[in-house]
Amino acid sequence: MNQSSQTSRAIIAFAVTAALLIAVGIGQSWSLALTILNLCLISAVMALGVNIQWGYGGLFNVGIMGFAALGGVAAVLVSKAPVPGAWAVGGTNLMLAAAFCIATIAGTILLYRRLPKGRLRLLSITVVIAVGYFVIRYFYDPAVAAIESVNPAKHGYLGGLGLPIIFSWVVGGLFAAGAAWIVGKVVLGLRSDYLAIATLGISEIIIAVLKNEDWLTRGVKNVTGLSRPVPYEIDLQQIPWFIRWVEKLNATELASLSVEVRSDVLHKLVIDYSTLFVKLCYTGLFASVLVIILLLSTSALNSPWGRMMRAIRDNEVSASAMGKNITARHLQVFILGSAVVGIGGAMLTTLDGQFTPGTYHPLRFTFLIWVMVIVGGSGNNLGAVLGGFLVWFFWIEAEPVGLWLIDNATGWLGENHALRIHLMDSAQHMRLFLMGLVLLLVMRFSPGGILPQVIRRR
Amino acid sequence: MPEWSDLLNALVLLANFVLIPALSYGSQLALGALGITLVYGILRFSNFAHGDTMAFGAMVTILATWWLQSRGIGIAPLPTALLGLPFGIIATSVLCIVVDKTVYRHYRLQKSPSIVFVIASIGVMFMINGIVRFIIGPDDQQFADGERFIIKARDFKSMTGLSEGLTIKVSQGLTIVIAVVLVIALFWFLQKTRTGKSVRAFSDNEDLALLSGIDPDRVVMVTWILAAALATIAGTLYGLDKSFKPFTYFQLLLPIFAAAIVGGIGQPIGAIVGGFIIAFSEITITYAYKKFFKYLLPEQWEPQGLMQLLSTDYKFAVSFIILVVVLLVRPTGIFRGRVL
Repeated sequence: MNQSSQTSRAIIAFAVTAALLIAVGIGQSWSLALTILNLCLISAVMALGVNIQWGYGGLFNVGIMGFAALGGVAAVLVSKAPVPGAWAVGGTNLMLAAAFCIATIAGTILLYRRLPKGRLRLLSITVVIAVGYFVIRYFYDPAVAAIESVNPAKHGYLGGLGLPIIFSWVVGGLFAAGAAWIVGKVVLGLRSDYLAIATLGISEIIIAVLKNEDWLTRGVKNVTGLSRPVPYEIDLQQIPWFIRWVEKLNATELASLSVEVRSDVLHKLVIDYSTLFVKLCYTGLFASVLVIILLLSTSALNSPWGRMMRAIRDNEVSASAMGKNITARHLQVFILGSAVVGIGGAMLTTLDGQFTPGTYHPLRFTFLIWVMVIVGGSGNNLGAVLGGFLVWFFWIEAEPVGLWLIDNATGWLGENHALRIHLMDSAQHMRLFLMGLVLLLVMRFSPGGILPQVIRRR
Repeated sequence: MPEWSDLLNALVLLANFVLIPALSYGSQLALGALGITLVYGILRFSNFAHGDTMAFGAMVTILATWWLQSRGIGIAPLPTALLGLPFGIIATSVLCIVVDKTVYRHYRLQKSPSIVFVIASIGVMFMINGIVRFIIGPDDQQFADGERFIIKARDFKSMTGLSEGLTIKVSQGLTIVIAVVLVIALFWFLQKTRTGKSVRAFSDNEDLALLSGIDPDRVVMVTWILAAALATIAGTLYGLDKSFKPFTYFQLLLPIFAAAIVGGIGQPIGAIVGGFIIAFSEITITYAYKKFFKYLLPEQWEPQGLMQLLSTDYKFAVSFIILVVVLLVRPTGIFRGRVL
């Protein structure tokens, strides 16, 4: 696939995506089209993160859900105000528990490395872990109980730093990068199948921890009312220049109405326009983040570092024979990709305005994003972005379109026919089936995806 | 020194809340892990769709059970689901063979790397998940009937005079018995029949097996039928014991993979031992030993807290931690399965 046909393919693909979104805007509503676009942008960022790991390093990371959740945690920990009583009551004990945890881990690693293999090493490691565990629990349990009893209905957790939420996007990336470093150190030596299973397990553990450790993020009680980087609709509706602007845009329509009706219609228009404006603000923010990350990744890919990474991916044995430290390079790529996914996760929590650990399902997060990368173009950054847009679009639109199809196809059966009712109820599950089918078809007939990887020929 | 009755009570408590559930859960995991390990040993990839295959098999069994129940056919005191099992096994075998012919065969002929198979199995997982939810819906389904208990707590207490009751549900007893029977049957098949020997040969060394004239298509078909049967039975037993909900079968994937890897992937005996290790670890580490210590220790040493090593919510974390430790320390597993 040479460069020019690749570019024209990309342009056509993105044009089709834009057309689909416009069709939704006209056919259903502009508000819905913008909502879909925002989530498309976030999915594109996450797909980019996955593609960095898969396309550059050939790493099959099935634990994306965990890193996205860590990004969400960052959003909570950065933007929420600190809960005054909680730190005073449980802070010191928690810090001590954390210190002992680090000491235990450091001690275990030290003993593992220093002592020769044998019974003494096994015994000493077991003793250190056992003693460390009980000491940690001694400080941890009362700390957690104290923190969670501080106003449990409203708080019951430590709170955050009270900074603007936009910083959390960077912090989310850092959290995910940190977790990726720990995870990578442990599991990156494993073969691809095992790496998939191990990362799947890690993401399940991260979500389990977030659901249960109430003192951190209120667990399943959820954190709501996160601050926003964009204005609130209600505030917008009060601003005079906004109202005048809406009035000017709809001047012809308003002029044709009588005076009494005019103010009501204007009020309704202002509400509609304020929602659209807020969503467009989000679109602008997310699109800029996506563009920045895309530019950085592409320039990294075209740099000597990028060429080295791809050479390692394509032939690990000779790269290793040349003296490249494969595990260290894989770790680099793993951390970078996870950081990008973390940023995406923070963006998602910002858009939602709340942190709900219960919504992180592997099907919706991990596997759907993998479908995006593979369908869009595995190994190609632009392909991953395209995949993010298209697959998310079909995932969301499959339900209303499916319902509409079934409605028309079984209309002749009559309103209360059992089969029709069952089909209407189950339409949403068919999108799972559809995703799987699309993935298999693309893998079989177009294994590179819609925008396959660019292979430079001299 | 605690009295005899306290000791016996403590033992019965442990048996009731740890031993019996762990045996039953371990059997279910063992059956699931056997399916995974067979597919891995012979087809050489980790089948991520196995959990949803279990859901599909359980679903067909449930539909057959409902049909039988509506006709009034039953085998009380055993659950009617046992009669529905053959339907489930046949349907799931057909599904697996069709999926193999349409999806995996192409990559086998191309000798694709195993990661391609894994991604394809994820696609298959999506499709089967969608089908199951479409046909039977995502909610809880009840299909158990017949006697519920082999021994009830009250009867046990009146029989023995202890204050702790022991409950053994029919589903738990059935799980253990069926698992034992199936394992014996599977080992007889693999060791004594010609097809079984060709399957083992193919798993050991594919090229030599082909040179010996073994038909690879037949081996593959037999493997899928075995995997489908094991998945259906494991899924149905799990559904009888707890309840059927399509979503939970995906969550079982992690303990099942852990069991297969811990035991040594590619070794059937490893899958069984691994299943029990994982089940026992999960339950013993997350059990609250407060009452157990209350029986054994004198009054002034009675524990205040729950005496749990880890909260019950971290059950899956236990199997995963064991998996990671095994992968780091002894990657071939206990019975030396395939190397990484």
